[in-house]
Amino acid sequence: MTLTEIRPDAVPDNVIAGRSPWALAWARIRTDKVALASAVIVVVLLLLAAAAPLIAQWSGHGPDDQFRDIGITEQGLPVAPNGTFWFGTDRLGRDLFIRVLYGARVSLVVGVVSTGFAALLGVAVGLLAGFYGGVIDTLLSRLMDVVLSFPYLIFAIAIVSIAGPSLTATIGVIAFYSWAAIARIVRGQTLSINQREYVEAARSLGASDARIMFVDILPNLLAPVIVLVTLLVPAAIVFESTLSYLGLGIVPPTPSWGNLLSEAQGFYRVAWWYLTFPAGSLLLATLAFNLLGDGVRDAIDPRTERLFNRRRGILRRRTGGKRASRVKSMEG
Amino acid sequence: MNLLEVDDLVKHFPIHEGAVLRRTVGQVHAVDGVSLALAPGETLGLVGETGCGKSTLARCIAGLHPVTSGKVTFDGQDITNLSRSAMRPFRRDIQVMFQDPYGSLNPRRRVGSIIADPLVIHGVGTSKERRRTVSELMERVGLNPEHYNRFPAEFSGGQRQRIGVARALALRPRLIICDEPVSALDVSIQAQILNLLKDLQDDFGLTYLFIAHDLSVVRHVSDRIAVMYLGRVAELAEADELYEHPRHPYSDALLSATAVADPDVADRRERVILTGDVPSPIDPPSGCRFHPRCPRAKEICSAERPALEGAAHLTACHFPIGPDSPATRNAPPAADGSDRDDDQPVDGGTR
Repeated sequence: MTLTEIRPDAVPDNVIAGRSPWALAWARIRTDKVALASAVIVVVLLLLAAAAPLIAQWSGHGPDDQFRDIGITEQGLPVAPNGTFWFGTDRLGRDLFIRVLYGARVSLVVGVVSTGFAALLGVAVGLLAGFYGGVIDTLLSRLMDVVLSFPYLIFAIAIVSIAGPSLTATIGVIAFYSWAAIARIVRGQTLSINQREYVEAARSLGASDARIMFVDILPNLLAPVIVLVTLLVPAAIVFESTLSYLGLGIVPPTPSWGNLLSEAQGFYRVAWWYLTFPAGSLLLATLAFNLLGDGVRDAIDPRTERLFNRRRGILRRRTGGKRASRVKSMEG
Repeated sequence: MNLLEVDDLVKHFPIHEGAVLRRTVGQVHAVDGVSLALAPGETLGLVGETGCGKSTLARCIAGLHPVTSGKVTFDGQDITNLSRSAMRPFRRDIQVMFQDPYGSLNPRRRVGSIIADPLVIHGVGTSKERRRTVSELMERVGLNPEHYNRFPAEFSGGQRQRIGVARALALRPRLIICDEPVSALDVSIQAQILNLLKDLQDDFGLTYLFIAHDLSVVRHVSDRIAVMYLGRVAELAEADELYEHPRHPYSDALLSATAVADPDVADRRERVILTGDVPSPIDPPSGCRFHPRCPRAKEICSAERPALEGAAHLTACHFPIGPDSPATRNAPPAADGSDRDDDQPVDGGTR
C-alpha cells in the first residue's frame, strides 16, 4: 500500500514535482557561477560571430577593405586602436576588429562542425564496438589506436598537400583526429552499460539489437558524450588556429584567428594590438568553452564534485571552511 | 502436463587466456546437470548460496545464455538454444523479474515507457491502448498511475520492484522467473512484494520459478523447493516437507542457518556449522559436490555422483538423513525433531 492510496491528499503531486536527470543537472549548473559566466561568453561570441556581416555593414569596414589613407601610418605601420578602428588595423590597413569577428566565424564553425562529425562517428563506432564485442570490437579498437597514434601535424600536412588548404580540409582533418577519443569513451561506457540488468531485461523481452542500442544504451551515453564534446570544441578551435598559423588551414585573405596570429608575429614590437586581440579572443573562447565543459560535467555527474572543489580552491576554502566548522560542532 | 521441463541442463562458461591467440584454459561449471519440472500454477523455489548456479539456470531457461547441453521444454515445445526470432513468441510467455530494483530499470527512461516496453517490443495495441494497459498494470501492482511520467530514481526500492512486476506482467505471461526478487529489499517490504506476487498468481494463474538464497523467503511462497549446491540440485521436495525433514546434509545445514526471531528458540536449537568455503566451480569436487564439507561423507561420496532419487522427496545423497539415520548433531535425536518443529523462520510472521 502506498502513501497515496492511504491518503491521496498526503503528498500533492505539485509540491514534489518529478525531476528528470536533465532537470537536476540544469538546477545544479544554475548555481555554478563560473559555468554560467562561461556560457554567457560563449553565447556572446556566437552572437558576435553570427552578426559579423551586420557589424561590418554598420561600421562600413569590410573584412578585406584596405584603408590605405587612415588605416596605415606614414611609416606604413598599422594604426593603434581608436574610435574608428576599435582593435586598430593590420599591416594592410584593414580593420582588425572586423577581421577578428570574421575569424571567430571560422573558428566556431570549424570547432562545432568538426566536433559534430567527430561525435557522430565516434558514438557510432564506439557503440558498435562495445555492443557487439568480439572481432568487430577488436577491429574497431585497433582502428582507434591507429588514429590516436597518428602524428596529426604530419597527417594534416599530407592531407593539405594533396587536397590544398581549405575550410573543408581543415574540418576533415580535425574530425578525423577527434572521433577516436569519443569512440573510446563510448565503447567503454557501452561495455559497462551492456552488462546492466536493464539491458538484460530488454533482451529477455525480445528487443532487437537496434532497439537496445538506441533506446536503452544511447540515452545513458549522452552525458559523457556531451561533456567530451564541450571539451573537444575548444581543442578543435586551437587545432584550427595551429593549422592556419602554419598556413595549412584557412588561407588569407579569409581571416581566422590562426592566420591573424601568423601575420601579426612580425609586428608585435611595433603594434601590440595586432597580436593581442586575436590571441586574446582565442584564449577567451577556449577558456570559456573549457570552463563550460567542466561545469556541464560537474552538473551531469555530481560525483566529480570533489575534483571541482579542489580545482576552484577559493570556492572550497570559503564554503568548505563553513562546512568544516559545522561538522566540528556536530561532533562536539 | 508440465509447463516447464528442464532436462539434464548443463551450462559451462569457458575461461579464455591470451588476447590474440585465445585458448580455453578451463570451464566454470555453473550449472552441471539440473533437471526440474514445473506444473502450471505452481511455484518452485530454488535456493542455494551465492554462486551455486541459480541465476545462470534462470538465464538459460529464459534463453539469455546459450545452453552447453541438456534440454529446456516449455509447454511441450523444445526451446533449447532457439534462434532469436524462433524464441520471440516464447518470450511473451516467459518473463523474468530481476534482482536489483536499482539496476533493472533504465535510469534515463520514464516509468510508463519502461512498463510499456514489452508491449512495444511485441507490437501489442496502439499507443493509446498501451497507455491504458500500463495505467491498469500500475494500479494492479499498487503504484499510482499518475506517476506514469516519473523516473525510476523517484521511487523507493519496493516501488521499483513493483515496476518490475508490472513490466513482467504486461504481456500476460504464463511463467515468471523471479531472480531473487526481494533479496535487495527490507524485510517489511519483502513481505509486501511476496504477497503481491502471491495475489497475482491467483488472479492470473501464473507459474513461478522463484530464486532466492534465503530459505525463509522461499518457504513463504513456494509449493516445492529445490536446493542447489555448486551447479547441481541437492534436494527437491514439498516446501514443508523439506523444512521439517531435510534429507540432504547441505539442506540441513542451510536450514539451521536461517535466522530465528525468538531468542529462546535460537538458543535451544543446534546449529550445523559447515567448515571451509564453497569449492571453486572451475574445479569442482569429484563425486558428490558436497563431500569435502559434509559431516557424513564416506569414501563413496568422493568417488560416485549420487543420483537425485526419491518419489516425492528427491535427494542426491549417498547417506541421506532419515528416521533410521538421524543428523549427526550433539543433541539427542529425539530433541532434534521437536526442536525443528519450533523453528519458525523470521519471515513466518508475515504470512
